[in-house]
Amino acid sequence: MPAPLDTDPKIAAYAHPERLVSTQWLAEHLGDPGLVVVESDEDVLLYETGHIPGAVKIDWHTDLNDPDQRDYLDGAGFAALLGSRGISRDTTVVLYGDKNNWWAAYTAWVFTLFGHPDVRLLDGARGKWVAEGRELTTDVPTPTPVDYPVVERDDRTYRAFKEDVLAHLGKGPLVDIRSPQEFTGERLHIPDYPEEGVLRGGHIPTARNVPWATAVAEDGTYKSRAELEAIYQEGGLGLRTDDDVVTYCRIGERSSHTWFALTYLLGFDKVRNYDGSWTEWGNAVRVPIVKGDQPGEVPVHA
Amino acid sequence: MTGQPATLPAELASIREDFLALPERERLQLLLEISRELPALPERYADAPGALERVEECQAPVRAFAELENDGLVHFYATAPEEAPTTRGFASILAQGVSGLTPQQVLDVPDDYPHMLGLDQVVSPLRLRGMHGMLQRAKRQVREQLAARG
Repeated sequence: MPAPLDTDPKIAAYAHPERLVSTQWLAEHLGDPGLVVVESDEDVLLYETGHIPGAVKIDWHTDLNDPDQRDYLDGAGFAALLGSRGISRDTTVVLYGDKNNWWAAYTAWVFTLFGHPDVRLLDGARGKWVAEGRELTTDVPTPTPVDYPVVERDDRTYRAFKEDVLAHLGKGPLVDIRSPQEFTGERLHIPDYPEEGVLRGGHIPTARNVPWATAVAEDGTYKSRAELEAIYQEGGLGLRTDDDVVTYCRIGERSSHTWFALTYLLGFDKVRNYDGSWTEWGNAVRVPIVKGDQPGEVPVHA
Repeated sequence: MTGQPATLPAELASIREDFLALPERERLQLLLEISRELPALPERYADAPGALERVEECQAPVRAFAELENDGLVHFYATAPEEAPTTRGFASILAQGVSGLTPQQVLDVPDDYPHMLGLDQVVSPLRLRGMHGMLQRAKRQVREQLAARG
C-alpha cells in the first residue's frame, strides 16, 4: 500500500503531488512499513558520514551503471539491487541526495525506466534536511532481502538516444540545462580538472538553455508550480504540456532534475531525458553542433 | 631526469598497501578515515581566495597548493567542503603522500597512482579522475615554482 501523500499546499499544487514529499512529511513517516528511503549522491562517501535514519544507499556509478557497457543495469540487475535494499514492487521509495538531488533525480529517472510505481523525491534534498538540523546517523541498516520482479527496462518513453535526438530536431523542443558557458561552447575544459572528456563545445541545434538551477528556490526546494510555469511555459520558454520535449546536460543527471520538474511538477505528457548528453554528442562524428548563445537552425542533412 | 622510479615514495607506497590489504568494500571506509585526517589549511592560505581556481560545475570545489618550501621539499595543502568527503579523501592522500618529497620525487609519482589503490570498482574510475587532476595540478605547481627559482 502506498504511503499517504504530503498535503503541504505547495506540493499539493503540483501536477503530480504524489511524486514529492517535504522534509517535515519524511520526518513524520520515517520507519513506516512499506516506505524505504534511499540516498543517492555525487560523493560516494557522503552517505557514510551520516544519513537519514534507516536510509539505504544506491550509488549511480557503482550500482546503477553497467560496469562494462555505457548503459544502465538490466531487469535482472535492477531486481537484485532493489531486492537487496528491501524494496519490493509495492514499496514507496523516497529518494534524496546531495547537490540539490541531481543524483537522486537521476536515480528516480532510472527507477522510472523500470516502471517502479511509487517513487518520490525529497523536496529540498539532503541539504535542507541537514540545514534544518534533522537527525542523521552513521548506522547502516541491514535490510531483509525481498523479491523484486524482473521487469524489462522501457527505453522509449522517458529515454532518448542520439538517433532519437537527431530525428527530433525541428519537431519538438530541446532543453539544454547546462551552464550558459557550456551551452555557448566557451567552456569545454579547465586545465588539470577532471571532466568527462569532450572533443567539441557548443549545443545541439535548436536547443534552448535553461540551467537546471533555474527551477530551484533559495532553500534548495523546487520553485512553486506558478513559478515553474512562468519559467518553462507561457511567458517563459513557451513550452506546452503536450509538447514532445527532450532534455540533456553532460551525462544526464542535471537534466534528470529538469525532467522530473517538467514531468511530475508541471504534468508534461512526454519528456525524454537524453542520457548520452554532451559527453556523447560532443564526441560523436558528424552530428551538427551550434556555437554561441542562439539556438541555431535545424541543419538540412540532420 | 626521466624514467619511472623503481619504487613509490614510502608514504604513497604505504597508503597503497593499506588499501590493497582490505576487501574492496572496506576500502571506502579507509578512504573516509583518511578524509578525516586532512589537515586544516595553514593560516597564510586560509584567506587566499585568489588561489581558488574555478572548477567545473560537476565537481566539488577544491583548493590545493603544492608548495616548494625553503627546505627544498614540497608540501601539499588542500581544502574541500565537508560535504565532499571523497574529494577530501583524495586530497588527504596527497597531503600525506606527497608532503616532504623532493620536487623530482613529486614529478616522478606515476600519473596513474590513483588507479593503483584498488578503488576503481568501489569509487569508480570517473570519480578517481578527481585525484588524478589534483596530482597533475600539484606537479604543474612544482614545475612552475622550480622554473621561477631558476
